[in-house]
Amino acid sequence: MIAQAVLDAPEVTRQSLSRLRSAAARLGRGVKFMEVCGTHTMSAFRCGLHSLMPANVALLSGPGCPVCVTSQGDIDQLIELARRPGITLCTYGDMLRVTGSQGSLEQARAEGADIRVVYSSLDAVKLAQADRQRDVVFAAVGFETTTPATAAAILRAARLGLENFTVLASHKLVLPAMRALLESPDVQVDGFLCPGHVSVIIGAAAFEPIVQKYGRACVIAGFEGPQIAAALARLTEMVADGKPALENLYSQAVTEEGNTDAQAIMYKVFAPADWQWRGLGELGGSGLAVRPEYAQFDARVRFELGRPVSRETPGCRCGDVITGRATPDQCELFAAACTPVRAVGPCMVSSEGTCQAWFKYRRVNNATKVRSVS
Amino acid sequence: MIDVCDDKAVSSDRSAGPRINLAHGGGGQLTDDLIATSVLPRLGNSVLAELLDSAILPGADRLALTIDGYVVQPIKFPGGDIGRLAVSGTVNDLAVCGAKPLGIALGLILTEGLERKVLEEILDSIAATAKEAAVRVVTGDTKVVGRGQGDGIYITTAGVGAAGPVRLHPDQVRPGDALIVSGPIADHGMAVMLAREMPQVQSVLVSDVAPLNGMIEKLLDKTQGVVFLRDPTRGGLAGVAADLARRTGWHVALEEKQIPIRPQTWHAADMLGVDPLDVANEGKIVAVVRPDAVAAVMDVLRHDEHGTEARVIGVVEDRPDGLCELRTKMGGSRILQKPYGEQLPRIC
Repeated sequence: MIAQAVLDAPEVTRQSLSRLRSAAARLGRGVKFMEVCGTHTMSAFRCGLHSLMPANVALLSGPGCPVCVTSQGDIDQLIELARRPGITLCTYGDMLRVTGSQGSLEQARAEGADIRVVYSSLDAVKLAQADRQRDVVFAAVGFETTTPATAAAILRAARLGLENFTVLASHKLVLPAMRALLESPDVQVDGFLCPGHVSVIIGAAAFEPIVQKYGRACVIAGFEGPQIAAALARLTEMVADGKPALENLYSQAVTEEGNTDAQAIMYKVFAPADWQWRGLGELGGSGLAVRPEYAQFDARVRFELGRPVSRETPGCRCGDVITGRATPDQCELFAAACTPVRAVGPCMVSSEGTCQAWFKYRRVNNATKVRSVS
Repeated sequence: MIDVCDDKAVSSDRSAGPRINLAHGGGGQLTDDLIATSVLPRLGNSVLAELLDSAILPGADRLALTIDGYVVQPIKFPGGDIGRLAVSGTVNDLAVCGAKPLGIALGLILTEGLERKVLEEILDSIAATAKEAAVRVVTGDTKVVGRGQGDGIYITTAGVGAAGPVRLHPDQVRPGDALIVSGPIADHGMAVMLAREMPQVQSVLVSDVAPLNGMIEKLLDKTQGVVFLRDPTRGGLAGVAADLARRTGWHVALEEKQIPIRPQTWHAADMLGVDPLDVANEGKIVAVVRPDAVAAVMDVLRHDEHGTEARVIGVVEDRPDGLCELRTKMGGSRILQKPYGEQLPRIC
């Protein structure tokens, strides 16, 4: 185990970068690694990591931003519900500006819908408790990191006997998305920078099949630039040595088996279900649906919404961006019709989205590749 | 509808209850009472006491004029309140243009039901901050809107100042000039964001809101070579630096490791998923300074209570690309851009 303080030391960063470069020199080809965590996306850009990487090593941003992989159908349902009288919709801030086929939650709010930004699913339960005349719906999005909190909110609402609290869930699981990418013939990924927060919940061992079945290198890392640099050095070395393996560089937070209490509460309330992902389509067992025992807290049941209908925005290449098929600057809309102020695709809306990261932190040595934004 | 200044007849009969009601905005006795008992005892001075439609101020050849609206929630936050914010913001806007503040016009929009005690505390804070900045509130206006139409108290302040002899303008900036920030960034924005979004969290964050005209006057009096000043309020340091690069056309390079930020502020920003470089300051200046003036400027700043932690954070480089670059602690680099608008906290 490498202590956090050691990993953060400037000398270790220099060593990591130097190991990364010498391993890259041995590759004899270009490699692509993918992170599947929005916080990794932002952190790598914020510390200028891309400007330090060898030319033949690329770090792509995969389907790790929860907002970015939420389908338009899911967002349309949220907006439809928020517009109904008597409903208060509680959402994480990121979701406000994502456009569905009928505008965004932010526009619906300006038109009078009661939409509130919350930081925790339990804040939504409190609202429901405080005003039992209103139907409070929690827009539940995110991966294994936020799902246990949604499950806890439902269990608390059940204990309190709240009849006016429901969730509209679009929770997803990371591993089915990684498998789907590896099974797409046109996606080339040599290894994964595995997500820190998700790994805390699901445990390091969960990534073992990616190594065993698909032969891809996996390194779990924390969120600071030096930790990401260390992970990239290990990934490149493994590929150069032809020995893909699973390594955990974030062992102070991530154990082999993960947080089993959080897993238990999550699967008590939710069961795996086929789910629609933006850019990836419908993936078997990739989402989490509220179990029938808790159907009274499922907004889709309570308000008879049915399955979300998926639509994609013409021209938007968010799907290609999160599968690594395209970089943001290859999208016709990027920095032209689609900017953080007027985002077309979800990858531009979320502060964790790849397109927003590109737009905001585009590299100096890459500036000419990116269209002028001023 | 009332004008603070349009009626000399001030009632001394304090008949109002503990809350602001719509009648306080009616222009009648209750309005007079509000002005006489809540406003004048706090802000009164020989000019305001005239209660005329306009304040007549001693003249100046060139005037600086500024106006700003304040709608901060919560109206009181660690380190300040909406009143201190309004006076400081207005005074600082004048001072960074090299002007000496002469007077402030104060517009209050109150919501029916506001506790008078709260209003008076805000007025006390306005008075104290004005005294600290050696400026007077010389004219004003008060309106009351119905419950649900406002949010407690909104303030608009206009400030007028006498323009000074030093010209501060981005067209004077040239390669080699240094960028100095007067202290740790993002304290105001993070203190307010935490107080608003997570009131249950016990925090040591304190807003830096303060009038800086004293420090800026000293700076301009005692040194030569300050060519441009900005206060990095909304949009933060990133906004000011990116604007500077765009307006001058030169490459502005900032060194991340030189940018002062308190650990607690950094952690709060990290937790809420915002970049501290984008976050508002209300008691800081960014100075663009000729290289040979850096030592003198740092000396003046560090001897002022609002500038003890001033740092040289960057330089204007001889590359006409109009971009602002951040050289990161890791040795990488990235472009800094002006943030876009409301900061949306991240999911996780």
